[in-house]
Amino acid sequence: MEGSQALAEASIQAGCRFYAGYPITPSTEILEYMAMRMPQVGGVCMNAESEIEAIGMVWGAAGCGVRAMTASTGQGISLMQESFAELANAQIPVVAVNMGRGQGDYFQATRGGGHGDYRFIVLSPASAQEAADLAMEAFHLADKWRNPVMIMGDFLLSHTSELVEFRPLDESALPAKTWATTGAVGRQGITLTSLGPAHKLATAVGDSLARVVGKHPEIKAQEVRVDCGFLDDAEVVAVAFGFPGRFVKYAVKLLRERGRKVGYVRPISLWPFPSEAVAQAAANARAVAVFELNSGQMLEDVQLAVLGRAPVHFIGGISHDGSGFGVGPLLDVKVIAERIEALCDGEGRAA
Amino acid sequence: MSTDPVMEKVFERPSLLLTAQHSLCPGCGEPLAVRLVLELIQELELRERTICVCGIGCYTAFPSVMDVDVLQALHGRAPSVATGVKRVRPDAFVWTLQGDGDMVSEGLQEVIHSAARGENFTAVLLNNGVFGETGGHATATTVLGQRTKTTPGGRDVERHGHPIKISELIAQLDGVGYVARGAVHTAAGIKWTKQILHDAFQAQLAGRGFSLVEILTMCPTDWFIAPDAGPGWLEENLKSVYPLAVLKS
Repeated sequence: MEGSQALAEASIQAGCRFYAGYPITPSTEILEYMAMRMPQVGGVCMNAESEIEAIGMVWGAAGCGVRAMTASTGQGISLMQESFAELANAQIPVVAVNMGRGQGDYFQATRGGGHGDYRFIVLSPASAQEAADLAMEAFHLADKWRNPVMIMGDFLLSHTSELVEFRPLDESALPAKTWATTGAVGRQGITLTSLGPAHKLATAVGDSLARVVGKHPEIKAQEVRVDCGFLDDAEVVAVAFGFPGRFVKYAVKLLRERGRKVGYVRPISLWPFPSEAVAQAAANARAVAVFELNSGQMLEDVQLAVLGRAPVHFIGGISHDGSGFGVGPLLDVKVIAERIEALCDGEGRAA
Repeated sequence: MSTDPVMEKVFERPSLLLTAQHSLCPGCGEPLAVRLVLELIQELELRERTICVCGIGCYTAFPSVMDVDVLQALHGRAPSVATGVKRVRPDAFVWTLQGDGDMVSEGLQEVIHSAARGENFTAVLLNNGVFGETGGHATATTVLGQRTKTTPGGRDVERHGHPIKISELIAQLDGVGYVARGAVHTAAGIKWTKQILHDAFQAQLAGRGFSLVEILTMCPTDWFIAPDAGPGWLEENLKSVYPLAVLKS
């Protein structure tokens, strides 16, 4: 299965019953799959008239307690930011997928372009299998924390076919969605809003916003996901996320075969960022190398985690194919291995 | 209730309205319109099926005093949120509450597409021709000649273009079951408005697709007139452009 299809199918198996999206390369395959699959499971797929309406529709469905999802790529995700901020502050759990073109949307995903104090939990798969696993986890985490979750994919993840096994989670411990607007049966009505408490005749706006950000330290403590390797004696540590993270892992393995003391850290959760894993890896290293297909965005999170323990070098860059959608020449194990190896020999200047 | 016929209570607020107070300006028409909706929800025994999707404007003060479930949407976005609600809960009674700035300025695309898709919910538009909450700025329904803080010399075709008659626009779309316009500036207008709201709700309950009720409301504060001059101003300036009628049924 292609990564997009794996992600979509896993979402359905996780109980997602509402999808709304607007076609945009390279996220369109998710919309196509949902349009085919949702009716088979009694769900709803909407080919919305814009990304703004897509996230609005998802908002309505999720507000009623139904697991709901949208997907787009960077530009369309930009259009959804106003709603993202409100969804986080109204504590409505939705899952949003960004099948990015390069990796230029790291800041957009982890900092957000919306207003106010809010965070998305951001998960970044490196394979179709991980896309399926993280899709299931995304719905779980969204409900567990009543916080939106973003899955950060890319062109290669979307279009690469791999074998996938679907492994549903045990979700019996999740609380009932008593906060959802389902009709006021046997109770007073509620208001599901970012503007204040759910109960009527209440006005304390600040209190509810403080509760939203009050969850952040707990999420940071519990939900870090990271893949590390060869760190025990690593003198150079390479950090990369998403599908390019797989290229970096492979480059590190090749360098190990050549006797080079190199290791890798692949953040799976981009927020919360695995700062502790990066800091520990850097503590014994001579250099840290950051590879990402942008001008250096995750680089800042790595620098914040390393805090001067070792020089941090940027070995990635902006690299597209001719269409602007796909993979450029920089995403090449040989190129990556050369750049890491140069640091083993003490070359290069810290970013 | 007293047994004395002289003391018999003949009118009271619907119990779905949790307080007799409102925080809007003297002479505002919006509380009247919202009360009519709540009266009907109560009379038709729809409370437990009701999900309201509320936009952003002065009327955003009402969700916290209405004893029904409310999803608070962004400015302009109530129709897409209501679409999501109705699609996953087709048995729910779904209505949106928006002003003219919310529906016709910011959210025009949303309401048109929702109507054309035939989404089976009822959109309630409170039209006073002005952004009330921000303090009196021109919307897409501000009538020609109307003074606002962004049309200080009055709305002028050359500079500001024409107002949009949203009900006439929506009525021509396939997928629409009911469209009508009312007003709350007179007793007769209030009675008429309750009737068209009733008919719109029935259209939704019968599954006839999108329904829209536009209600002309007074905004004396941002029309820069005295509270008691509101109904007369509405009659003369708004109703002449936006006549009360059933446009589709």
